[in-house]
Amino acid sequence: MTLERFLIIGAILFAIGLYGALSKKHAIAVLMSLELMFNGVNVTAVALSRYTVPKALSESYQTVENAAGFLLTGHVFAVFIITVAAAEVALGLAIIIAIYRSRSTVLVTEAADMKK
Amino acid sequence: MILGEGTEGALITELVFWTIALSTVVSAIAVVQIRDLFRASLFLIVTLLGVAGLFILLRAEFLAGVQLMIYVGAISVLIIFAILMTRDLEDGSTAHNFRIPVALVALILMGVSIYAISNTEWNIIGTETLNTDQMNQAADVFSNGIPTLAKLLLRDFVLAFEVVSVLLLSAVLGSLALVRGR
Repeated sequence: MTLERFLIIGAILFAIGLYGALSKKHAIAVLMSLELMFNGVNVTAVALSRYTVPKALSESYQTVENAAGFLLTGHVFAVFIITVAAAEVALGLAIIIAIYRSRSTVLVTEAADMKK
Repeated sequence: MILGEGTEGALITELVFWTIALSTVVSAIAVVQIRDLFRASLFLIVTLLGVAGLFILLRAEFLAGVQLMIYVGAISVLIIFAILMTRDLEDGSTAHNFRIPVALVALILMGVSIYAISNTEWNIIGTETLNTDQMNQAADVFSNGIPTLAKLLLRDFVLAFEVVSVLLLSAVLGSLALVRGR
């Protein structure tokens, strides 16, 4: 029960972010929805790491060095996701500002030259 | 023995959890529903704070701090600056024509994942899955998480750790080159 409710919150955040990322016209709104999706994944990773046992620990932990440390693998994933999200936002906003300067639009539907 | 005995299941913990969960989900909906982008970004900050609170409830205090510093401190400020710089020409974030099929897809995804979550037999930490020795180890890992996390990051995941630093450096250089222009 306690694990499932955190996972459900993660799933809800991911679904809301997916809706925003696919349906918004404004590029910054798309980026904000992407942040929601990242956060849903992070909640899921940390909740799994808090409540579930990896196979290496529950079956053969004598053969694996630092097996208890693998309980925190979800935390490591969350750290990397946060880092990649920071890089992605910095680059994405730079691209948005560059597009805004060169053709004064921020709508993803109008920056579609490669379609033609 | 259960990890977090005493606090888990206490009434105050339940109250805090439901408050945080409700405000997180409601403000996430507000992020995608409010037309004014600036207000939406303020609601995004509420969502990020709520996720930090969830991290604390999940015994990930370090990650909660990282969340506060990077998301609430840095990313939201970046987003607000970008909104203010591009504000003069847009009248808000409108959705395009196929928002109803997109909403259907998102709802179906949410339903399927909630169904899968509630029908999976999870390998929960407890006396059924771990012996006493391992339970003590696990309790030690969670009560003293940051050194364990540091060992994992700098030993088992050291390649990814270094690659991510190169990624950050190239992202910073790339965004500088993009924004600076001529």
